[in-house]
Amino acid sequence: MRLRRLKAIAVKEVLQIWRDPRSLMIALLLPFTQMFMFGYGVNLDLKHIPICTFDREGSQFSQDLLKHFQASLYFAIAHDVTSYPQLAAAIDRGDCRAGIVIPPDFSERLNDSGTAAVQAILDGTDDNTANIAWGYTMAVVSGFSNDVQVSQLDRAGRTLQQIQPMAVQSRVWFNEDLESRNFIIPGLVAVIMALVGAQLTSLTISREWERGTMELLVSTPVTSGEVMFGKLIPYLVLGWLDAAFCLLIAALWFEVPFRGTLATLFLTTTLFLAVVLSIGYLLSVLIRSQVGASQMALVVTMLPAMLLSGYVFPIDQMPPFVRDITYLIYSRYYVTIIKAIFLKGAGVAELLMPILFLIAYTVAVVVLAARAFRKRLV
Amino acid sequence: MSGSDIADAQVVAEDLVKRFGVFVAVDHVSFRIGRGEVMGFLGPNGAGKSTIIRILCGLLRPSAGRVLVAGIDVVKDPERVREHIGYMSQKFSLYRDLTVEENLRFFGGIYRVPRAELAERMRFAIDMAGLGGREKALVATLAGGWQQRLALGCAVLHRPPILFLDEPTSGVEPTSRRRFWDLIHTLAADGVTVLVSTHYMDEAEYCHRAALINQGRIIAIGSPDALKHMALGGELLLLECAALGPTLAALRQAPGVIDASVFGNSLHVLVGDAERSLTELPAYLAEKALPPSRVERIHPSLEDVFVQLIAVDMAKRRQAA
Repeated sequence: MRLRRLKAIAVKEVLQIWRDPRSLMIALLLPFTQMFMFGYGVNLDLKHIPICTFDREGSQFSQDLLKHFQASLYFAIAHDVTSYPQLAAAIDRGDCRAGIVIPPDFSERLNDSGTAAVQAILDGTDDNTANIAWGYTMAVVSGFSNDVQVSQLDRAGRTLQQIQPMAVQSRVWFNEDLESRNFIIPGLVAVIMALVGAQLTSLTISREWERGTMELLVSTPVTSGEVMFGKLIPYLVLGWLDAAFCLLIAALWFEVPFRGTLATLFLTTTLFLAVVLSIGYLLSVLIRSQVGASQMALVVTMLPAMLLSGYVFPIDQMPPFVRDITYLIYSRYYVTIIKAIFLKGAGVAELLMPILFLIAYTVAVVVLAARAFRKRLV
Repeated sequence: MSGSDIADAQVVAEDLVKRFGVFVAVDHVSFRIGRGEVMGFLGPNGAGKSTIIRILCGLLRPSAGRVLVAGIDVVKDPERVREHIGYMSQKFSLYRDLTVEENLRFFGGIYRVPRAELAERMRFAIDMAGLGGREKALVATLAGGWQQRLALGCAVLHRPPILFLDEPTSGVEPTSRRRFWDLIHTLAADGVTVLVSTHYMDEAEYCHRAALINQGRIIAIGSPDALKHMALGGELLLLECAALGPTLAALRQAPGVIDASVFGNSLHVLVGDAERSLTELPAYLAEKALPPSRVERIHPSLEDVFVQLIAVDMAKRRQAA
């Protein structure tokens, strides 16, 4: 490895990146837009679920209950309907996800027997939303039920404390607000870095083959390692810029709490960049066409990073053999790392395992790429 | 110089074969190039010229045979060979999105031209290519001839003793081509060994020796004059006279004459030795009362020569098959 040649390649690469609006655009604009697109687009918190209400009693009591729904952050009342067919039609049209039906004898039953049923009709076509809506409905109704109980006890001259023997008080750590955004955005940074990083370097060797400049380059005494590191270094700098960009958006714009140290973040991000950049480079060496290499990079990075990295879909809940596959997905390690750094403030010691995996990955890909680069035409 | 007697051979190919699947691109080719020699590879497109050059540069592995460049076996140690050569590929292969200066600086770095020398070497390359004042121009904006001269400049920046130039004048206008050949000769005069391929047959005149390549084989190799002699089987005189018929008959009996034929208003006479016949023939004809009005030597174009040699080669192949 000669420093002089390494530098010559790196300088040339910088000039070419600078003069090629396409790579610059991929490098700078794509992460920016994707951060916002995915940051806002992917939101697992359901709020303001549209519902229809069908109050068959129309009493003070039933209206009280519906006010509880109205007051809840989780529901938004789309329509008040006056018949079952109207309710069914509203669900069919997609105006609402659920219908709350209060029976005509609601307050009568409550007074007589102390319990009364409320009917919830859920649109099961989206079972996830239906489940969540069901949970929230239960919560609203039990809240109302509590209020009723309290007022009845009041009238009977007793206080609440006397009849509440036990209660579970849950406390969530690390993501106290249970905001899915806090959980998703750090992972998103990983997904975007994986995508953009591999895209950048996937063009670098294939472009030289396509333009014919490689034939001259391989006729010189330059070595495989000099070409590889000379080309990767400028992209690593670009990658740092991009990562800083994305991480700043995550911390400042989306206000994800950052509890770790910058040193840990820098170390692990650099490692991850080394993996993704060298994977793009490897593809570029193997597939001597720009379109082919960049599409392959998209397939290899985007899908696994989205689906198998644990960025949105928890790895614990995957079938065992899919879970085994995720160990091969390098993004998985960085997703784990970056979530832990952001939310738990984890340091290098706690993250040793995923860091070692990333190092092993980097070494493997770099060795493969160096060997795959042949100074021959066929 | 005729092949094997070259003592100081810088490039040696022995029984070189290159197959791509069933297609034989290079078919048992042998040649030697001496120090400071300009060797031309001529032949139609697809004859195998580029393939041979790429093997010499270590870009393709030969199927059989041996190649020595600067005394080093290319197959065994391509990297050491690359220290000694400069290469211009058939397809333009400098960076079009870099400027003249940036390209030179890049290759200066790749070849590790000593920093103290680099500025002077770059100046030399720029002057040689006639690119003074355009150092900051993007290569993409330069005309073809300038691009090719810059490519040559990049190839000689590190003072390689051996140069492989693959169709350097292809697509370049005639005046620029001429200038390019002057550059090649300047380099050769300094002791640089040059192998240059071209499909412009007339450019063989600029080479010390030329090899005519057809369908992967060298069908003729030698100096331009030797090649002409080989193709015609002699040297050619043009003779103008009053009475065509009797003169033709007389010439066919004349000593030293191989053949004679009518060519428009004059005669073409094929002789063994042009210099001798130039003095002997007028005297011979004057004796027969048929004094010619003009006798002069004519130089057939190499293009004619090659067309004939290729035709003969094709006929031989058909016979063999």
